[in-house]
Amino acid sequence: MRTLKFLLQKEFRQIFRDPAIIRIIFIMPMVQLIVLPWAADYEVKNIHLSVVDHDHSAYSRQLVSKITASGYFRLESYTSSFAEAMEAVEQDAADLVLEIPGGFERNLVKEDEAGLFIAVNAINGVKANLGAGYLRSIIQDYNREVRTEWVQFPRFSPELQIEVTASNWFNPLLNYKYFMVPGILVILVTMVGAFLASLNIVREKEIGTIEQINVTPVKKHHFILGKLIPFWILGLVVLLLGLLLARCFYGIIPAGSLLVIFGFAAMYLLAVLGLGLLISTYTVNQQQAMLLSFFLMMVFILLSGLYTSIESMPGWAQAITKINPVSYFIDVMRMVVLKGSGFRDIVPHMLTMLGFAVVLNTWAVVHYKKRS
Amino acid sequence: MGGAYFPPTSASSGGVRAYNLIKHYGTQKQLVQALRGVSFEVQQGELFGIIGPDGAGKTSLFRILTTLLLPDGGEATVDGYDVVKQYSEIRKRVGYMPGRFSLYQDLTVAENLEFFATIFNTSIEENYDLVKDIYAQIEPFKDRRAGKLSGGMKQKLALSCALIHRPSVLFLDEPTTGVDAVSRKEFWEMLNRLKQQGITILVSTPYMDEASLCDRVALMQNGEVLTVDSPEGVINSFQQPLLAVKANRMLPLLNDLKAFEGSDNAYPFGEYHHVVLKEGTEPAVLENYLRQRGHGPVTITTIRPDIEDCFMALMRN
Repeated sequence: MRTLKFLLQKEFRQIFRDPAIIRIIFIMPMVQLIVLPWAADYEVKNIHLSVVDHDHSAYSRQLVSKITASGYFRLESYTSSFAEAMEAVEQDAADLVLEIPGGFERNLVKEDEAGLFIAVNAINGVKANLGAGYLRSIIQDYNREVRTEWVQFPRFSPELQIEVTASNWFNPLLNYKYFMVPGILVILVTMVGAFLASLNIVREKEIGTIEQINVTPVKKHHFILGKLIPFWILGLVVLLLGLLLARCFYGIIPAGSLLVIFGFAAMYLLAVLGLGLLISTYTVNQQQAMLLSFFLMMVFILLSGLYTSIESMPGWAQAITKINPVSYFIDVMRMVVLKGSGFRDIVPHMLTMLGFAVVLNTWAVVHYKKRS
Repeated sequence: MGGAYFPPTSASSGGVRAYNLIKHYGTQKQLVQALRGVSFEVQQGELFGIIGPDGAGKTSLFRILTTLLLPDGGEATVDGYDVVKQYSEIRKRVGYMPGRFSLYQDLTVAENLEFFATIFNTSIEENYDLVKDIYAQIEPFKDRRAGKLSGGMKQKLALSCALIHRPSVLFLDEPTTGVDAVSRKEFWEMLNRLKQQGITILVSTPYMDEASLCDRVALMQNGEVLTVDSPEGVINSFQQPLLAVKANRMLPLLNDLKAFEGSDNAYPFGEYHHVVLKEGTEPAVLENYLRQRGHGPVTITTIRPDIEDCFMALMRN
C-alpha cells in the first residue's frame, strides 16, 4: 500500500505539471461539448434548390414561394432550362432540382392532375434524402391547399383520410441536443479513460523510465494500479464537468439519478482503462498508441449509435456494436438522462461492462511483462 | 574465451557470475547474435569493466543481469541469485543506471530521488551517507526539474537514484558516454569511493582508456568475451614488439607498413601509426624498408602497448 501511495503521488504530480494534459482534460471537453452539439445537427437546412419552371403560371409561382417560405430551402436558381439547372447540380451549387412542366396550371385546372419532377444530387446522401422528403411533404401540403380552395362543398372530404398525430415521449420537442450531448460526453470520457492512460504508459516506455521501474521490486499490480487510478478519477471528473456544462449550456438536467450515471461510469471506466492498458502493452511509442487509439475511436464512434441508429445497421455491424463498450454507455446515458431509468433498468448493461472490465484488464495484465 | 569456467553453482556467494550466456534477437531469417556464450566472474567488491565497441553486446548483457531481459541460453547469478528464477531477489539488491537518462524529467531532483528511495522501501535519510558525495553536488538544484539539468548533473542524479537503496551490485551502462573529460575523471573517482563501501560495480564503456581504472576488465567484441584480466595482465599478455611510426606522408606510410612482410598488424593511432612486428623482426629492418620505399625522415619508437593495442591484437585472433 505504501508503494502504491507513492506511485499515485508521483503520477498526480506529473499529470498536474503537464500543461498539455490539463488542457486535454479540461479545455477539450468544454470546447467539444459547447461546439460539437451545434454542428452535429440532424436537421437539414439550407438545401440549395434549383427550380426549372416551364410553366410560369400563378400556381407554379405559388408553389415555389411556398417551398422557399418553409425555411429549409434556399432558392439557388430559377430558370426555364433543365440543362442549366443540371449544370448547377454538377457544380455542386444545387442539391435538388424541381422541374415544373409546361402546362402545370392548365392540367391542374382542367384535368385535376399535374405532374412534377424532382432530381436529387445524391452525393451527400443524408441531405438528398431528407431534402427530397421535405420537398415531397411540402408539395403534398400544397396539393391539399389547392383542393380545399376549389372544393367548397361538401365541407367534409368525401374521401377517407387517416391523419396521424405523433407525440414524442422523453424528448417532446425532439431536441437533438438532448441525445447528442450525453453521447458526446461518453466519447470524451472514453478518450480520457482509454487513450490518455495508454499514452501515459507508453510514454514511460518511450522515455525509458519504465526500465528504471522494472529493475525495482515494484509489483506489477502496483504499477498498473498506480497508472489506472489517476485516470479513473480524471474520467469521473470530466464526466462531472461535462454534466455541469450540459446543464448550463443546454439546460439538460438528467431525468434519472446522477448516482446511476456515476455508478455506471465508474464501471465503464474500469473497462476502458483496461483497453488503454492493453493498447499500451501492444505499442512501443506514443505515435503507435495514438494511431491505434485513433483507429479504435473511429470504429467506436461510428458503431456506437451516437450518430446513426444501431437498429438500422446491417446484422454484422450490429454484432460489432455488441463488443463496443461505447455503445453501452451511450445507451445508458440516454436512458438515464432522458428517460430517468434507475439502477434496475441498467443491470444488463452493468453486467456486460463488468465482463468487459474483467476480460480487458486480465488480458492486459497477462500481456504486460516486466521483462522481455 | 578465458579458459575453463566453473559450472554454475547454487552457492550464494556474492558478486556476479555469468556462464555461457546466449542472447539473440529477431527471427530465423534475420538473426542478430547479441551474445554468443559469454562467461565471466566478478568478485564481490570489485570494480569490473566491460569494454567493447558499440554493438559488442554490453547492453544486452547488462539487461540480462539486471533481469530486464531473459537469456536464450546459459546461466547467471547476481549476488548469489539466479537471474531467471530469483529475479525478484535481484531487483531488491541491484542498482542499474541505463545508458540513456531515464528518470522522470518532469519531477524535480529531490522528487526523483525520494521516489526511488520510497519504492525500495527506504528513505533518503537512511542511506544519505552513501550518496552524500554525489548528491551534495546537485543538492543546490534539488527543486529543479530533472529534465532541465545539464548532462553531468543528470548523470550524478541518475547515479544517486541507482544508489539510494544501498545496492550490493551496481550496474552502470556506459555512464561516461557523452560526458566531458573532467566529469569523466570525477565520475571514476566517485566509483572508486563507492567500491570502498563494498559495492560490486560493473561498468561498461566503449573508451579503452578507462580500462586502466578498473580492477579487472573483460574485453568484448561481437557478443563474445575476448579476455578477462586485470589491466596490467591484459597489457603483459601482449608479447610482440610494438612500434610507433611517424613520417611526413601518413597515408602512404600506413599502406607500406601494412605491406611490410615483417609486420603483423598496422593501424593509425593518434598522430602515429602503430605497427605490431612479427616475432624476431628487428625495428632496424623496418627502418631500412621504409627508406627504400622513399619515405623521408621517419620517426620510429618502441613503445609499451596499452589496452587499445591489446584489443586490436585480440580482435584479429
